[in-house]
Amino acid sequence: MKLTLKIWRQKDASSKGKMVDYSLNGVEGDMSFLEMLDVLNEELINKGEEPVEFDHDCREGICGTCSLQINGEPHGPDRLVTTCQLHMRKFKDGDTIVIEPFRAKAFPVIKDLIVDRSSFDRIQQAGGYISVNTSGNTVDANAIPINKHAADEAMDAATCIGCGACVAACKNASAMLFTSAKVSQFALLPQGQVEATERVQNMVRQMDLEGFGNCTNTGACEIECPKGISLENIARLNREYYSSSLKG
Amino acid sequence: MGILDSKIPAGPLADKWTNHKNHINLVNPANKRNIDVIVVGTGLAGGAAAATLAELGYNVKTFCYQDSPRRAHSIAAQGGINAAKNYQGDGDSNYRLFYDTVKGGDYRSREANVYRLAEVSANIIDQCVAQGVPFAREYGGLLDNRSFGGVLVSRTFYAKGQTGQQLLLGAYAAMNRQINRGKIKSYTRHEMMDLVKVDGKARGIIARNLVTGEIERHSGHAVVLATGGYGNVFFLSTNAMGSNVMAAWRAHRKGAFFANPCYTQIHPTCIPVSGDHQSKLTLMSESLRNDGRIWVPKRKEDAIAIREGKLKPNQLKEEDRDYYLERRYPAFGNLVPRDVASRAAKERCDAGFGVNKTGEAVYLDFAAAIERYGKEKALTTGIHNADKNVITKLGKEVVEAKYGNLFQMYEKIVDENPYETPMMIYPAVHYTMGGLWVDYNLQTTIEGCYAAGEANFSDHGANRLGASALMQGLADGYFVLPYTIGDYLSNDIRTGTIPTDSPEFDAAEKDVTDRLNKLMGGKGLHSVDYYHKKLGKIMWNKCGMSRNAKELQEAIEEISALRADFWENVKIPGSSNGMNQELEKAGRVADFLELGELFAKDALTRNESCGGHFREEYQTEEGEALRDDENFKFASAWEYKGEPKDAVLHKEELVYENIELKTRSYK
Repeated sequence: MKLTLKIWRQKDASSKGKMVDYSLNGVEGDMSFLEMLDVLNEELINKGEEPVEFDHDCREGICGTCSLQINGEPHGPDRLVTTCQLHMRKFKDGDTIVIEPFRAKAFPVIKDLIVDRSSFDRIQQAGGYISVNTSGNTVDANAIPINKHAADEAMDAATCIGCGACVAACKNASAMLFTSAKVSQFALLPQGQVEATERVQNMVRQMDLEGFGNCTNTGACEIECPKGISLENIARLNREYYSSSLKG
Repeated sequence: MGILDSKIPAGPLADKWTNHKNHINLVNPANKRNIDVIVVGTGLAGGAAAATLAELGYNVKTFCYQDSPRRAHSIAAQGGINAAKNYQGDGDSNYRLFYDTVKGGDYRSREANVYRLAEVSANIIDQCVAQGVPFAREYGGLLDNRSFGGVLVSRTFYAKGQTGQQLLLGAYAAMNRQINRGKIKSYTRHEMMDLVKVDGKARGIIARNLVTGEIERHSGHAVVLATGGYGNVFFLSTNAMGSNVMAAWRAHRKGAFFANPCYTQIHPTCIPVSGDHQSKLTLMSESLRNDGRIWVPKRKEDAIAIREGKLKPNQLKEEDRDYYLERRYPAFGNLVPRDVASRAAKERCDAGFGVNKTGEAVYLDFAAAIERYGKEKALTTGIHNADKNVITKLGKEVVEAKYGNLFQMYEKIVDENPYETPMMIYPAVHYTMGGLWVDYNLQTTIEGCYAAGEANFSDHGANRLGASALMQGLADGYFVLPYTIGDYLSNDIRTGTIPTDSPEFDAAEKDVTDRLNKLMGGKGLHSVDYYHKKLGKIMWNKCGMSRNAKELQEAIEEISALRADFWENVKIPGSSNGMNQELEKAGRVADFLELGELFAKDALTRNESCGGHFREEYQTEEGEALRDDENFKFASAWEYKGEPKDAVLHKEELVYENIELKTRSYK
């Protein structure tokens, strides 16, 4: 197929960016979206132009590195996939595809399509852990039986890959879905109870400090989330937050 | 033996680690505050080591090329992690895990290291559960297990098909706790460009800030390299696009011996290559072999009809299918180790029985499992006389609960529904058993430079068993290094901060800058990927699943010529001041072009077949690997002497005191 690509180009954080048009031939349906960009970049390099820089690593949908706002949607039109798993068979010959970086105040652009998501790390650093020493001298793993349903639900929350699609999808650029996934994982497990109060307070405080917006329960985040993290986690975060405020 | 001292403690195998821990030196808590440790790589080994060292009180700096420590490629491990817990009561023990691992590695690993690994394995599970890792559970609330290849017990713990992700997020969380306390300083989007030695000891690194392009100096009293494997030397592999050998190779050039580079794991169950545009390959977890049956058509004409799209796999009758693993290896069936399963797939496809349009694929079929699970589910939910449709529906639900994410991944890539039509799979490069040579303390041949996880060579011999990489990474990071590095650092309590304005740092930085300038100064004929793909083709065709002397010799010459061409003609747009992904790739490919040649040389030197290293000249009449214990019962450790062709071989003789060497059989 032949495609027209409209791509955000920006030299560095302090430069002004703009949309640039490229036309690309010979795209096959079996290519992933990023492989399509590889082909474009190979052409640009051979022409002596600077290739389009974008974040990517595992290319199998688990590391959370790839991003991209594709035709206005984080990770593009397919559901439950990251950009690296999106295949060109979802597009057709003659299509125009608009490719932008994830947009949020807390995700400043570094170059072209690459944004800085270290704000997510700082939210996790504020409390996304259980404070046990890593000596291995804990109780036997089976000394803590956990209801299978709770364990499965915790696992579902824990599958968040930290890509930032929830923020990019949200009109308020809120990080509630991301933060709630970690809070939920621990809230659902007995090991997480001891520090529950401090955890939710600290993580929410950091989230606000980073400049993420508020949640207005639109639910766009859940729809765009490549891992299907449920909106129920936000409800659980709110519950945890309010009850910890009363205890606090 | 010469300069290779493995430092294996004396005494009975089962007591070595405990005795060793009881007798090594410790650093008192107040002194730990004056000691700096650099950890490069934040996967399971690096993340776990960084968190634990910081928790003990050392000042830790971590470095990763990714934008967050959580994105290290350990995250992509799917199937599970082994531990000798014997929760299933099926006869497991430390000894049995040790034995299976040594046998699985085709008797080319170090007994004492492997026993220690088995010994600490149970602690890993305890530790991870305490950290809130959501392992799969049974209805009674206790932990569930599954089976992996090459063993006869169920000792694999898992978190759906995302075990690596959950374990890494556990280590990342432990790191975050220390970052929050100020004990770890995390440098993301930073790449280690060189190791700095002062008075023969590793005392720091030169790193490049990948955002600004700045070259930075960082000093420490010890340097831990936990930078993963070098599978990307093949261009196409299941590794992440950024996975590279640079840190290990830079250390190698500074004096760390590189061991067994030719031991590569080609994983049997990956999604086949679809075309020339392909940038990476995707694994389908080995856990699928618990329930999937592997087959090709019995008759060549059926295979041809399938390739041409005239016949569908589901139309082929049971008696027209060749379940070749079950046929050749009745004892282990579909759960033979990876090297055996990969070679068997290649054998069938080379013989003309492959099933996709390239002829390089076999089927992994879940129909039998869906029926079996469906029947069981019908009974347990009180549905008697269930018809076929109900059984299939229930069976699919069970399979989805077990492997849903993998099936979804497959469907997105191949555009076929694996619940309805069998998956197509083919072997792909997945893991490298070789790596930096380390002694029992995980120290390389450079004092103060340690290697952990996939980056070292020690535990898996010539072939790694499934679910053992996660075990080794976490064992090294959480439980081994924190002890052994303390022994070394106990000599540094009076050293004080290592200055970064020394001539050694000056020289190392100059080397790095010169190298970057040289890369940028290429004539500009071909892109970095052009060279990487060429290298990958040579590696796959001549150093892949089977090797012979003639082609290995050719590979050595071709890689050497390609390397010269690369340095002369590579094209890197932009500049080195600022973010430049092509420049990052170029530095990594430059090192692969050296490693690839050493790889071929190592394979050429090893005149035997063992594990993942299969030399066509050395096989039994039935086509099984033929080991030569008399002449090759050693680990090859290569010393850098300039060009790879000049590398000098040192041998670490492997001593087996507790296990009798046997021909590995899974029949």
